[in-house]
Amino acid sequence: MSDVSQPAAHPPVTDWLHDFDHTDPHWTEDPFPIWDQMRAASPVVHTERFLGCYLPTTYEAVRQIANDTESFSSRRIIVRDERPEVAKNAAPPITSDPPDHKPAKQLLLPPFTPDAMKKLEPRVRAICNELIDEFIADGKVDAAARYTKHVPVRAIAHMLGIPESDGDLFIKWIHMILELSIKNEMMLKQAAEEMTNYFAGHVEARRKTPGDDLISYLLNARDKNGQPLEDSHIYGSLRLLLIAGIDTTWSAIGSSLWHLAKTPADRERLIAEPELMPIAVEELLRAYSPVTMAREVVKETTISGCPVKPGNMVLLSFPAANRDPRMFPDADKVVLDRRENRHAAFGLGIHRCVGSNLARMEMQVAIEEWLKRIPDFRLDPAGTVTWSQGTVRGPRQLPFLLGKAM
Amino acid sequence: MAERLRVHVDPDKCQGHARCKALAPELFELDEYGNAHEVGDGTVPTGLEDKAWLAKSNCPEIAIEVTEE
Repeated sequence: MSDVSQPAAHPPVTDWLHDFDHTDPHWTEDPFPIWDQMRAASPVVHTERFLGCYLPTTYEAVRQIANDTESFSSRRIIVRDERPEVAKNAAPPITSDPPDHKPAKQLLLPPFTPDAMKKLEPRVRAICNELIDEFIADGKVDAAARYTKHVPVRAIAHMLGIPESDGDLFIKWIHMILELSIKNEMMLKQAAEEMTNYFAGHVEARRKTPGDDLISYLLNARDKNGQPLEDSHIYGSLRLLLIAGIDTTWSAIGSSLWHLAKTPADRERLIAEPELMPIAVEELLRAYSPVTMAREVVKETTISGCPVKPGNMVLLSFPAANRDPRMFPDADKVVLDRRENRHAAFGLGIHRCVGSNLARMEMQVAIEEWLKRIPDFRLDPAGTVTWSQGTVRGPRQLPFLLGKAM
Repeated sequence: MAERLRVHVDPDKCQGHARCKALAPELFELDEYGNAHEVGDGTVPTGLEDKAWLAKSNCPEIAIEVTEE
């Protein structure tokens, strides 16, 4: 097995318009000017890397692809160096195409409605304060390592009915699946196997003693023929809930705090106008959208005048769509009270994020509780902010100094 | 006198982003799956016109119609 912390290198990019690579360090560090350059050139750009891959750069192109489930399949949702056979029930419903998609999604929707999230909110508020208690007296903190990461880990563990203390394991699997597997297919297999083995014990326990949690919920669920779900479906959905529930929201909370650390005016405004928070969260989601899903072209078609051919993957960049100035005036600026905001951070079309209501609640609560306890904070000039690579973008090291600057 | 507004959610377009419910809870409800529909016949009470337009302009799926009667 190769070193878990060192993925294989790709040749550096010298031509972003014809040879892009979303794992290039320049992209990982600061993708915004790259997207602007691409968008100015074409609504869809292509690279031969990753066995052939398109990237739509405009909101309209992203919308067209997201809504065209005949030409674009969701069976592969991460753009990788390899394209092995697709496993059955990899992670339904995110890997499902119609007609299998709808029943798989409807199964998961009821536990994630806004009302269900309201019931979970007090626990998340408590988690945030328990975390802050652990470092607030230190005067400095890596907010990614000690705060933003743990909020969604603990919340989804609570919902699934698995120990919150196993969070480090979940983080390891997510790193292997979403980042390392792009260049090392073995990482995906190994992590999926470890996760299935992990969940097996909990599934067996819930079969004997059902609880009020998502594992029990899936075990009680019935398919369209009234039969219990196949085991592969149960494990696929559990993997999805764990993976999708953590990395994404961790990233969104982290990017929001990163913005507020370096933008005192926005921080002060949010503290002075707490009623602005729900709409500000939407704007932070637009500006720093964490998730780029993939599609596979399965039928020849045209997107915004650009022909696309089967056999290529698509990097369906909701973040790039959300920076399209034709859709959002001052798209490159964070406007906390942006009034019209049809952002696509949670996707568009049938694959709209099942956990979007959970993510919004966690973001709002995590930022609110942080600002209540730590109204003054800034980036630590002695530290380095680092960003994740690939499917989900967010800060993985976030060194802050807490309190007023001297 | 101002025209009376009516809102309508196209159920085929709605994907349950729930932005309308968050911005205009008086005008929209969610079903058990989190998908939205208008309250009653969608008539917008006087004073809530702004919320109706706000919900329309924040729906990512462009599923909300506002009509003037």
